[in-house]
Amino acid sequence: MAVEMTRRDWMSVLAKSPAARLSELWQSLEMAPDYTWLRAPEIGATMVRGRTGATGAPFNLGEMTVTRCSLQLASGEVGHGYVQGRDKDKARIAALVDALMQGAQAEALCRAVVEPLRAEKAAAQEARGAKAAATKVDFFTMVRGEDA
Amino acid sequence: MNASVLKGGFANAPVDAAHAFRAAMTVMARPGVIEEVAGAVPPAPMSIAAGVLLLTLCDPETPIALCGAHDCADVRAWIAFHIGAPIVAAGKAMFVLGTWEAVQPLDAYAVGTPEYPDRSATLIVEMDALAPEGAVLRGPGIKDVAALSLPDLAPFQRNALLFPLGLDFFFCAGSRLAALPRTTRVEAV
Repeated sequence: MAVEMTRRDWMSVLAKSPAARLSELWQSLEMAPDYTWLRAPEIGATMVRGRTGATGAPFNLGEMTVTRCSLQLASGEVGHGYVQGRDKDKARIAALVDALMQGAQAEALCRAVVEPLRAEKAAAQEARGAKAAATKVDFFTMVRGEDA
Repeated sequence: MNASVLKGGFANAPVDAAHAFRAAMTVMARPGVIEEVAGAVPPAPMSIAAGVLLLTLCDPETPIALCGAHDCADVRAWIAFHIGAPIVAAGKAMFVLGTWEAVQPLDAYAVGTPEYPDRSATLIVEMDALAPEGAVLRGPGIKDVAALSLPDLAPFQRNALLFPLGLDFFFCAGSRLAALPRTTRVEAV
């Protein structure tokens, strides 16, 4: 089975996943690939932009903390980690996963780390959506006949 | 992207940048002094000292102009990854990188305004070698006289006349670094 995710997809999953869960899944793999830092983990802020009504004019929603790093495996693949929050180890793991996803171990890694994280994220989103949907109220106005 | 241009940044950025900044301040404050710097491994044709200077002094808010052979894909990619500085035309640059022949003519660069003399360009000039001999330097930061192997004389004399406006120069040869601020008066031996 080929991995049916683009790099953009797994970067997105890794960036948004909870640090503890990512670390747990990574350690369950028991992989310790050799790598060198291209850019040691550093913490910064990035501006999050939104659009009014999701399609309107863009506006700056606010800044959020981001940690990034880049590394190169001994086999040559370059991995970048851009993750939410200030956890440098999370950025390191995300970069390692990104680098390994470009190599031969992509399938195993996808099954063990990326897919579970994506499924959990989707489930959480669905649960939240269902909770919100349950409070939906439909308003309507009775026609009372004054205009007739 | 070619992975080799992602290499060669500071291994320990806060410490390496602090050492490099100390060296850059020393050579600028004491014209004629030559310092050794280390920590950066930029792609050819950039020297180590030029790479260290850019990593230390530049960020996304300092436009850089690349001249001559330095305006190549590897150097641009290296600057984009490690520094994030925009590459601009000569007149808008705060930092200029190139050999002495490539950075000519010097009147293309910003010399500041009377209200803001700091809004001027700093030239990072790549040299084959640096030695404390040749042109005689006098001025602030020099007790009696100092000497530095400058690539030319007349342009630096004209530059000093512009004070408080003018350009500042760093000279790089391999890992060696020297500087010539606009306050220094240059004479032939």
